[in-house]
Amino acid sequence: MNHSPSTSKNNYKQIAQKKDPKRPLVKNCIRAFLIGGAICTIGQCISFFYMYFFNFTEQTVGNPTTATLIFLTMLLTGFGFYDDIAQFAGAGTAVPVTGFGNAVISAAIEHRSEGFVQGVGGNMFKLAGSVILFGVFSAFVLALIKTILLELGVI
Amino acid sequence: MLVGSQTWEFKRPPTILSTGTVGGPFEAKGQLTAYFDQLYDDIRCGQKTFEQANQIMLETACNLAINKSDIPKEQVQFLIAGDLTNQMTPTNFAASTLQIPFIGTFNACATSMESLALAANLIDSGAASSILTGASSHNAAAERQFRYPTEYGAQKPDSAQWTVTGAGVGLISNTGNGPKITSATLGKVIDMNMTDPFNMGGAMAPAAMDTITIHLKDRGIDASYYDAIITGDLAKVGRSILLDLAKEQNITLREDTLLDCGLMIYKDDQKVFAGGSGAGCSAVVTYGYVINQLKQKKWNRLLIVATGALLSPLSVQQKQSIPCIAHAVSIENEVKS
Repeated sequence: MNHSPSTSKNNYKQIAQKKDPKRPLVKNCIRAFLIGGAICTIGQCISFFYMYFFNFTEQTVGNPTTATLIFLTMLLTGFGFYDDIAQFAGAGTAVPVTGFGNAVISAAIEHRSEGFVQGVGGNMFKLAGSVILFGVFSAFVLALIKTILLELGVI
Repeated sequence: MLVGSQTWEFKRPPTILSTGTVGGPFEAKGQLTAYFDQLYDDIRCGQKTFEQANQIMLETACNLAINKSDIPKEQVQFLIAGDLTNQMTPTNFAASTLQIPFIGTFNACATSMESLALAANLIDSGAASSILTGASSHNAAAERQFRYPTEYGAQKPDSAQWTVTGAGVGLISNTGNGPKITSATLGKVIDMNMTDPFNMGGAMAPAAMDTITIHLKDRGIDASYYDAIITGDLAKVGRSILLDLAKEQNITLREDTLLDCGLMIYKDDQKVFAGGSGAGCSAVVTYGYVINQLKQKKWNRLLIVATGALLSPLSVQQKQSIPCIAHAVSIENEVKS
């Protein structure tokens, strides 16, 4: 191409952007709302089930519910359905705890070929690791702020 | 012989004697099923890993090409091939099994034509009499290396492309009957500062334009010389940009004769976003469908322009742009004078 490279690069970005298919934001949001909502509804049903049939309260039912959802995610991921649902649902499957489960499980399956220690062990938190790191860190910061405010008698 | 700035015209055009094409289960449901020699119904091809599956596909394609010709394996002097996996792992292992002197090539999805151009030049210059050349890729092996684990649920935009699982190989010789390789243009790396790895067609289109422009200029011909110009894997987005760029450059690329391997290989109802991609994409389409059509004289003069996005997982994570390249090879039927 014989025009000067810097202008042509800028021009080209505009040409390419015009041709880039628009991401359907509204449609994606509606899908995410429906599927994400459905997952949460299932979670709520599981919670009621544990509270009704077992000795759990509203405060303690969180952990077994999460574990059950992650177990279901494991089955869906292992049998190869989760990524198809996720292509449809987007944030709807990524934001709930199932998204976290899928990130860990898919990485564990993927790196099975490199062995259990270096493969599965070394890589299963490849995607989810930063969620844990920043989750724990932000919890620490919030707890610190709360403690200081309590000590000062503000709250 | 060098003509113009970066084109080789071959005085004794090498022949594509025979081909071998292998595909995976998803390709078996595609548009070009009839033009594959072998299709696997298992994504792992009976192997333990995706990378080994890629290796087996390439080995199978090579053996098919050799068996279809009357040249014994021992008389094939070089294997010129590459793939997408780290350090071309599958191709290295396949070359180890085949025991043919090996030249490894990597230009991402432009590997097929890079290899074919080199093979043709070696044969034309007398450095070899028969060379096996090709490229391969594996969807799951590429996904895990360039994107996320295969079962990870990430939503892809419509500009994304689907890596082809397949291997395409051609046996090139200085004698025999078949389509001839008449010229080759090796492209420059063109970087338009595009950064979205989910829109590689958009990144690669300028590289294709550059190579096509130079090829036509070097050979002193018009785009209408060719019955069709077939790009590697620009897919929907890249192809439509290329048509626009061509208009800007006053080169007439016709809507009906500008084809794209990434748009030919799958059926419309297969969910491949903008279209197919991967080193195997242009390889299986060229050595399968395209060579077949040439042999049946449905086309007589073709320009294959394989396009490659030279990104790596590292360059994407470090927020670098996507350097792109395109190599063009013209394949023509012998005109009897």
